[in-house]
Amino acid sequence: MSHEKLTRMANQIASFFATQPGQDQAERVAAHLNDFWGPEMRAELKAHAAEDDSDLAPLVRDAIPLI
Amino acid sequence: MKDFIIPWNDRDMGTPAVEGAPVTLTVDGFEVTVPEGTSIMRAAAEIGMSIPKLCATDSVEAFGSCRLCVVEIEGRRGTPASCTTPVAEGMVVRTQSSKVKKIRRGVMELYISDHPLDCLTCAANGDCELQDMAGAVGLRDVRYEAPENGSLINHFEPRVGDQPNPEWIAKDDSNPYFTYDPSKCIVCSRCVRACEEVQGTFALTIEGRGFDSRVSAGGPLDEFLTSDCVSCGACVQACPTATLQEKSVIELGTPERSVITTCAYCGVGCSFKAELNGDELVRMTPYKHGEANRGHSCVKGRFAYGYANHSDRILNPMIRDSIDEPWREVSWEEAIGFAADRMRGLQETYGRKSIGVITSSRCTNEETYLVQKLARGVFLNNNTDTCARVCHSPTGYGLGQTFGTSAGTQNFDSVEKVDVAIIIGANPTDAHPVFGSRLKKRVRAGAKLIVIDPRKTDVVRSAHIEAAHHLPLRPGTNVAVVTAMAHVIVDEKLYDETFIRERCDWNEFEEYMEFVRDVRHSPEMTEMLTGVPAEELRKAARLYATGGNGAIYYGLGVTEHSQGSTTVMGIANLAMMTGNIGREGVGVNPLRGQNNVQGSCDMGSFPHELPGYRHVKGDEVRALFESKWGVEIDPEPGLRIPNMLDAAVSGSFKGLYCQGEDILQSDPDTHHVAAGLAAMECVIVHDLFLNETANYAHVFLPGSTFLEKDGTFTNAERRINRVREVMKPRNGYADWEVTQLLAKAMGADWNYTHPSQIMDEIAETTPGFANVDYAMLEERGSVQWPCNDAAPDGSPIMHVDGFVRGKGRFIVTEYIATDERSGPRFPLLLTTGRILSQYNVGAQTRRTENSIWHSEDVLEIHPHDAEVRGVKEGDWVKLASRSGETSLRATITDKVVPGVVYTTFHHPDTQANVITTDFSDWATNCPEYKVTAVQVGLSNGPTEWQREYNAQADRSRRILPAAE
Repeated sequence: MSHEKLTRMANQIASFFATQPGQDQAERVAAHLNDFWGPEMRAELKAHAAEDDSDLAPLVRDAIPLI
Repeated sequence: MKDFIIPWNDRDMGTPAVEGAPVTLTVDGFEVTVPEGTSIMRAAAEIGMSIPKLCATDSVEAFGSCRLCVVEIEGRRGTPASCTTPVAEGMVVRTQSSKVKKIRRGVMELYISDHPLDCLTCAANGDCELQDMAGAVGLRDVRYEAPENGSLINHFEPRVGDQPNPEWIAKDDSNPYFTYDPSKCIVCSRCVRACEEVQGTFALTIEGRGFDSRVSAGGPLDEFLTSDCVSCGACVQACPTATLQEKSVIELGTPERSVITTCAYCGVGCSFKAELNGDELVRMTPYKHGEANRGHSCVKGRFAYGYANHSDRILNPMIRDSIDEPWREVSWEEAIGFAADRMRGLQETYGRKSIGVITSSRCTNEETYLVQKLARGVFLNNNTDTCARVCHSPTGYGLGQTFGTSAGTQNFDSVEKVDVAIIIGANPTDAHPVFGSRLKKRVRAGAKLIVIDPRKTDVVRSAHIEAAHHLPLRPGTNVAVVTAMAHVIVDEKLYDETFIRERCDWNEFEEYMEFVRDVRHSPEMTEMLTGVPAEELRKAARLYATGGNGAIYYGLGVTEHSQGSTTVMGIANLAMMTGNIGREGVGVNPLRGQNNVQGSCDMGSFPHELPGYRHVKGDEVRALFESKWGVEIDPEPGLRIPNMLDAAVSGSFKGLYCQGEDILQSDPDTHHVAAGLAAMECVIVHDLFLNETANYAHVFLPGSTFLEKDGTFTNAERRINRVREVMKPRNGYADWEVTQLLAKAMGADWNYTHPSQIMDEIAETTPGFANVDYAMLEERGSVQWPCNDAAPDGSPIMHVDGFVRGKGRFIVTEYIATDERSGPRFPLLLTTGRILSQYNVGAQTRRTENSIWHSEDVLEIHPHDAEVRGVKEGDWVKLASRSGETSLRATITDKVVPGVVYTTFHHPDTQANVITTDFSDWATNCPEYKVTAVQVGLSNGPTEWQREYNAQADRSRRILPAAE
C-alpha cells in the first residue's frame, strides 16, 4: 500500500485521539491500530516510520513502539 | 421443517385495534370483552362474527359510508353503523335482526344496480368483497333500472344504446403495476383513506358529489402515473373490488396459496405474503402481522420482484482464464473445481493471506455466516468484509464505544410514542419508505420533526407535514452541528442530570461539559462553518431536550464522512444527556440501508470480529470457534475492503470470493476499485446478474433470489425474520449450498442439509442468538436479538435498565474538517443518495418496471449555480472531481442549497462513484461518499471514459455457447 495512504490514515486516527482528554492518547492510537489494522499494514507503517517519520503526526510517532 | 406456511390468521377485523380499559358487551347473546373505544364491528369480529361491510377495513379508521354494517342496539333508536359506533359497558347488540337484514339487502341492491355483472371474467373473481357481501346478505334480485336517456344511467357501460355513456370513464393503466377501472368503483373511499392514513401521500381524492363522486389521482389532467402517487400499493390493498387491481393478477389469475416471507430490499425488513399458483408468483402483498411494517409496503417490495425472471439473469456457472476472454458456460462441478483449484493455488504461491471474501448484506444470516466461516475456517485468515464497511461501519464503532453495542436501540413501533424526532442524514420517505410513512403518521398526530440535512427532503415539507426546524448544513459539518446542539443543551442546562448520574459516569460527563461548553462550539461560532443559522439550531436543540420523548433517526448522511464515527458518538451523547434512551419513543436509530446489513454485521463479517461482535484477539472466543470448526483461527485482524483493493494493487492480495455485492459500482473511486480487481488472479462473483464487478471476474456462480431459499434476515430494529423458500432455485442451488460446495472442494467437511442447522450453530456460538431457532421463529413470527436466557422473548428496546457496557460513556467530539474541500477548481460539493423507486446499484430494480420513474441518474443543482454555468433543465453536464469525471443530465431544483449538488448512484452508465474520492472515516475506513468537491459544466454527452467503460463492459459480458 502506498506510504501516503497509510500515513494519511494513521494521522487521521491520531487527529481524533489528540482531541481526547487524558494522558494515554498514544496508547489509544496504538490500540486502535492493533485492533483494526492487519499485521501487514502495521508492519508497513512501522517500516515507513523507521525510514522517515517526518510526515507522521506526533501521536503516531509516539504510538509506533506500541504497535 | 415445514416448507410452506399457511398464513396465521390475517382476517380483516373491520376497524383498527385500540388500547383502553376493558369493556364487556354481548353480541347476539355472546359475551365479549374488548378495550374501550373498540367498534362494535371489531368486538363482533373478536368472537368470530363478521358483520357485513364494504367501506370498513382494519387498516384505516372507520368511515361509516356504506351502511351495510348496521346493527340494532337494545335501548337505542335506529340502526347505527357498527364500524363507527364504539362499544359501551353492558351493551346488547343484535347483528342479524330482520330489520337490519332488510336494510343490508336494500343497500346491496343499490350497489349492484350500478356494477357490471361480469364476475366470471373479472380479475377479482373469488377475491372480491362486493361479491362476498352480495352472497352474505342473500341478494337474489336487482329491481332497479336506470331511467332511459336520463341522467342516472350507470357508470359501467361505455355505451348506452347507440350513444356514448357520459358517466363512463376509461380504465387508467398508466401505472406499470396496477390498473384503476372506474367502472367497478363503489366509492367506498378505502383507497383515498389508505393513501392518507397509511401511506401519507394524499395523492387520491374523491371528486364530485352524490352520483358524480369519483376516485381521482392528482388534478383533472392527471393519471395515476403523473399524480403524486408513489405506487406503494396501499390503495390496491384496500380496494374491495377489481377497481384497483394488480396487473399481475389480471394476467395470471387469482393466487391459490401464500407463503409469509421477508422483503429483500431495504433495512426496514417488511413482512410479505408471497401469493402463488404452483410455483408461479402472482403478487406480493404486505403481511399485516409483520411487526416491522404492520401491513404497509413500498413500490419496491410490493411490486419490484420481476428481476427474478429477467432475461439478464444468469442460471449457469461460467469460467474463463482471463478477463479479456468471453465466458464459458460449464457444469457446477467444473466451475467449483476451477475456483477451488485457483484459490488454493494462489494461497500456495502467494501465502495464506492472499485471498479473501466479501459477504453480502442481501443474503441471509445463514449464508453470510458460512461465507465468513469459509474465510476463517477454510482459507484460515480473517480477510472477510461486507458492504457495511461502506455504509454503517461507523455506527458499529460509535455506538459500540458509547453504549457498548452496535445496534439501534428501538423497534419501529416505538415511533408511535415519539414526541420529537430528529432525522439526520436520512431520507426515509425515499430510502426507508415504510418507516417514512409510519413517521409521517406520527407527525400528523402532533409529533415535532427536526431535519438536519443539506437537502430539502420530503420530510422537511410535504402533504400535511412540515418539520419544525430544518437545519440545512454544509456537507461535512455534521460533527460541528451535533456538538453545537450539545453546547446549547449544556449551556442552557437542559440536560437530564438524574439520568446521567444514574446511567452514565458523572465525572466523564463533567469532562465532556467542559469541552462542549467552550464558546467555539456555540451555534453562533459554528454558523459560518456549517451554514446553519444559530437561532434555528438553538431552537432545535431546545425542542429535542425539552419536547418529551426524543428519538434520533439517522442514515448514511451521518456515517459516510471522514468523521462518520465521531458524529455517531455525538448523536449518542445527545441521547444520553437528555435521558432519551431505554424506553419507548426515544433512542438512537440507525436506518440500515440493505435488508440484512444488520445481520451481516452480527454474523462476524468484519475482519476483526467473530460472530456477535467479538474481537478475534480474544482467546476465549477463538477457542469456542476453534473447537467447533476444528481449525486454528488467526488472532490478527484481516483486510477491510479498501485494504484488500490497496493490497491487490501492490500485489499481495490475489483472490476474492464476492457474494451478492457489486463493489465496482457501489464502492468509491471506481478507477481504484477497477485497478484492484484487475490486479487479482481469481475473482469469483456469486450473483444473480453479470454485475459490474463481474467484468473483472474469472468465475461466475449464479445466485438464487430471496424467493428461492430458506433463511433469516435481521432488519434495522434487530428483528430476525424468516425468509422462506417460495419456489425452487432457478439456478439449481440456494446460495448457502454454493458456498458449501466451494468449501468442500477446498477440503472442508461441511454437511449442512438445511439452513436451520446453520442457525443452530449460530445460536450455539453467539450469546445474543442463544435462544433463536427456526421452531421458535415459526411459532412467534420474528424475534429481536438479544434473545437468550436473560431475554427469552427477545429485546424490542435496548439499554432499558442499564447500558450494555455498564455506564454510558460520553466522548469528546471535536470537529475536524475533511481534507476534501471545495476550492477554485472544484467549487461545489457533491453529495449522493438514493431515490424511492431504485435500490442501491439498481441491479434488481433497474430490471423491473420501476425504471419508469427513474431511468437515469440526474444531477440536482440549485438555480443560482445553474445560471452562472449556463445550465438549463435537462442539459447534459460534465461532473468532475479530483478522482474522475462523468456526465449526466441536470435538473434544476431548490431542494439543494447553492453550492451543493446531488445525484444518485443507481445506474452504471453514470457511475457516480468515478467522482467520489478514497477519503474515508478515520475509525473504520467507511468511504466519504457524502462530500466530494466538484465542478459542473455543460457537456455534449457521455465522456470518453463512459464510452470506454461501456465498451469494456460489453466485451467482458460475452458468453460462448455451451460446448456439447
